[in-house]
Formats: sequence, C-alpha cells, structure tokens
Amino acid sequence: MMAGEDIVLRATGLTKNFGKLDVTRDVAIALPRGARHALIGPNGAGKTTLINLLTGQLQPDAGRIELEGGDITALAPANRVRLGLSRTFQINTLFPDLTPIEAVTLAVLERQRCAGQFWRRLASHNEAIEESFTILGQLGLADVATRTTRTLPYGQQRLLEIALALATRPRVLLLDEPAAGVPKDESAALFSVIAALPADISVLFIEHDMDIVFKFASRIIVLVGGAVLLEADPQTVRSDPRVREVYLGRGHD
Amino acid sequence: MQTPVSAPIEARDWLRRRSRWSPFEILFWLATLLPFIFFPTYLPLANQIAIAALFAISVDLILGYAGIVTLGHAMFFGLGAYFAGIISVHGWGEPISGLLMAGLFAGIIGYIISFLITRVQHLALIMVTLGLGFLTYELANALHWLTGGTDGLRGISTWPVFGQFRFDMWGYTAYGYALAVLFLCFLLSRRLVNSSFGLALRGIRENVKRMPAIGADHKSHLRLIYAISAAIAGLAGGLLAQTTNTVALDSLSFERSADVVVMLILGGTGRLYGAILGTFIFLVARDQLAGINPQYWYFGIGMLLMVVVLFMPKGILGFLARIVARAK
Repeated sequence: MMAGEDIVLRATGLTKNFGKLDVTRDVAIALPRGARHALIGPNGAGKTTLINLLTGQLQPDAGRIELEGGDITALAPANRVRLGLSRTFQINTLFPDLTPIEAVTLAVLERQRCAGQFWRRLASHNEAIEESFTILGQLGLADVATRTTRTLPYGQQRLLEIALALATRPRVLLLDEPAAGVPKDESAALFSVIAALPADISVLFIEHDMDIVFKFASRIIVLVGGAVLLEADPQTVRSDPRVREVYLGRGHD
Repeated sequence: MQTPVSAPIEARDWLRRRSRWSPFEILFWLATLLPFIFFPTYLPLANQIAIAALFAISVDLILGYAGIVTLGHAMFFGLGAYFAGIISVHGWGEPISGLLMAGLFAGIIGYIISFLITRVQHLALIMVTLGLGFLTYELANALHWLTGGTDGLRGISTWPVFGQFRFDMWGYTAYGYALAVLFLCFLLSRRLVNSSFGLALRGIRENVKRMPAIGADHKSHLRLIYAISAAIAGLAGGLLAQTTNTVALDSLSFERSADVVVMLILGGTGRLYGAILGTFIFLVARDQLAGINPQYWYFGIGMLLMVVVLFMPKGILGFLARIVARAK
C-alpha cells in the first residue's frame, strides 16, 4: 500500500501457532477505506484463522491490530464490533427460532446499547425496527422478514448473515465465504449485493470461485501456509506464476 | 403468521401483535379466582400452586428464555423463605415489606452468583447450579441457631396484609395474597419477555456464539436475568414462609429444584403460561395420586413426563397452541 492512503484496518506481524503448527505467520494486511479486497488461498492456508484473529475470536501470539489507528489487539470480539469491525461466518451462525426482523432489530438495539431495557416494549423501538426493515430490504429479505429463520431457503439465510453484520454499522466487514454452499448462479447475485454495499464500508471477503474473485475484488491477498504470498491487483495475481502453481494450478484454466 | 410484510409499519405491527393480550389469557386469570367460590376446601392447595407457579416462572425466565439450565434454583427459593421467616421470628411480621426484602436478598445473592454462572456452560453449568444448591442446603442445616436446622424454623407470625386481612385457617387470605403476588410478578415477567431485553435473551438461547458478533455484551444480559430470576424465586419462597408460618430444609432441597424443572417441561418452556399450567398439573396430579397411593405417586408423574417429552416436545401448552393454530 502506498503511504498516505486512508487505512481503516491494519494488522502487522500477526502470528498464531496451534501447538507446533504455524497457522498464521507474520501476516501484515492493510485495508483502505472502501476496499473490496479478496482473501484467497488453498484449503488450510489459514484464511478463517486470520479472520478469527482480526475479529478477536482468537488471540494472536504476536502482532498488532489497529482499527482507525487505535490498537484493538486485546479487545474482546463484542467490543471490536462496537468499534465497527464486523464479520459473517462460513457456516450459518444465525438465530434459528427468531424471525429476520427480530434478529436484525436485536443487532440494531445492541448497537444502540438499549437491548438491556427490560421495561420498554420491543414494538415501541420504532426507529430500530424501521432501520432493521431497511437493511432487510437492501438484501431483498423484506418479504420474509416475519418468517422463522430456520424455515428460510439456504441462500436467504446467507443473506441474513450479511444483514446481521450490516446492522452493527460496520466500517470494516469481513465476509468468510459469504456464498459458501450457494449455487453458482445465485452466488453471483449475492456478490452483486455485496458490491452494492455503501462505498465507505471496507470489505474483505474469502471466496473460492476465481471468476467471482476477479469480478468483484479490486485487490487480492493470497495466503499460503499461513503467510501472505502476494498482495496485488487481480491482473498481477492472475499472471503470477507462484499463484498459478500453488493455487490456480489445480482445477482452473 | 407467515404473511409477507411489505412495510416497516407492518413489521412493527407484526411485532406488536405478538405481545398483545389474548382472550385466553383474560379467561385464564379469571379462572384463578374460581377456588374462592367453588373449591374453598382446596384453597391451601391453590396457595401451594400459586407459590410453585411463581417459582416455575422464575426458572422459565432463565431456562425457557435465556437457555440456562439449572438444577439448583431452590437455593433462591429457600433463601427467600428463610429470610422472610427469620425476620418474622425476630419481630418483623409485616408481610409486604418482609416479602420485598426476601426477594431483594435473593436477588442480590443471585447477582453475585451470576458472575460464576456466566463463566460455565452445558454440563459444567448444571453441576455448578447443583453444587451451589447442595452448599446452601448444608449451610442452612449447619446454622441450626438461625434456621432451626432439621427441626425447621418455628415461631413465624405474619401480620395481617395491609393491616386488614388476617391469615385465616381456611386459606382465603393466603391464596389471595399469593395470587396477587403471582399476578404482579407475571405482569412484570410478561413485560420483560416482550421487551428488547426479552429478545436479547432469546438471542442468547438461540445462538450464544453469534451474540458477541452483533456487538452484544451477552454476559451482562445473563447476569441481569439471573438476578431477576433469583429475586422472583426468593419472593416465591418468602410467600411460602409467610402463608404457612414455617420454613423447613426441604425449601432448599434438590427435589424442589428438580420438580420445578419437571413442572416447567410439562407445561412448556419459554411461554410463562407453561410454567403455571405445568405447576397446576404437577401439583393436582400429586394431590390426587397421593390420595390413591401415598408412596408411589412419582410413578404417575414419571409416566406423565415421559408422555409429554416423547409426544409433546414443546410441552402441554405448546401442544395445545399448535392445535389452536391448526384449527384457525
């Protein structure tokens, strides 16, 4: 990254070992404001681990994470979310018995710090419900807002993952395989929703489908064996012989 | 329930409808007055049911809504009972202030304990609640000078409610008093579960892993509901002490902790009325079965529990609600 660029999320020297296994090795990344970066790499490269480190589900053994210039390395996950660092999960991590309107309203209320108000009726939180409905509308979920989450088609559940993250008003959104398990034609639609997110949200997404990565990412980080092999624009990544060898070589033209 | 919603106002109305009073509820509360008129000989049983139902509601708040499994909640019931009893023995028999202090005492202890409860999950959580229940039981047993130990606490005298209504031997005042407290606590609980806090509790129950990822401090939610639940359990215990003028060690017993969970599962968790219905069925069944055979009445309860768990996974009330929904 060039100096002077507006970096929202910066990690330096991130290292994590599980016993003798180095899952993250001296990783440095910098996400500028409004980024649409992809994180790619073969299975076991440590992509999800990196997201877990950035969001605080895991603590790094070494390294530093900064959000908007502030050190967040030691913060609990919920506190990072409140500062604007949100994520989605590769495996649906939803509230099966809640409806989308309830789940997203809950996330909005948690952001506003009024979820603990036990004396006030839920239905009286008008602005929160309206905001939640707007978010669901953005993701095309307005029609199913009052259906129980467990009864929704899988693709809509993947969208609800993103809706929940958006309700926290993120500055940085880390999407762990948002289209995991979604048929190829639907996943393009899902990514156009992601591409249409507000321009000031910085997005880093993990995705295996190279067509989608090259279409939607402005920059690509290639992770191999827990270390960053290369960070560059899609053209450079596409033509890099090392990337072709370790990653694109298998199963891609 | 499944109609598509096309505007935020409709979404809000949908949420509002979920917390609206139904005619069934009004009928139900009117029915709680029937023992005064038609079954005066059963007033002491009705009093026991009201008290146990209040205790079951306290457990429903944490188990049914927040998903905290407990096998030691009699701890707070007993603390409330002993607190109300002991202040009465030492000269303060005014029921309402005594009851409030008993609830507050149990609630404070509950809040302290909640810091331990929120550290553990699953089997460890059940064991911690169980262990705390045993500890409290043995503590009350050992403090013979204060609690009367195995002899029970004697010498409680409860003054008339509002200085007017003496506790009579037929149980009119006792049931009226217990029913009023049950109703007020029910209103409070109903308000709570229909609030944003109630939604947050359901979020915790549905997926505790997601809560931090939406920025929720779910442990502080859990501490709050645990303290509120402990306070309500303490009120129930206090009612028992005040309306029966005695406190025995069994108010702290494992059986009481386990029975209340059985009552809740019979009726259906996470719907408040399930707690009341389950308690009613459990205690009426015990009363009737004990009349047939005083030794083996748990056999009948066991059968009932098996049938409900196997064929009505959401409890008897959940089963009834499904029939009503189908009929519509």
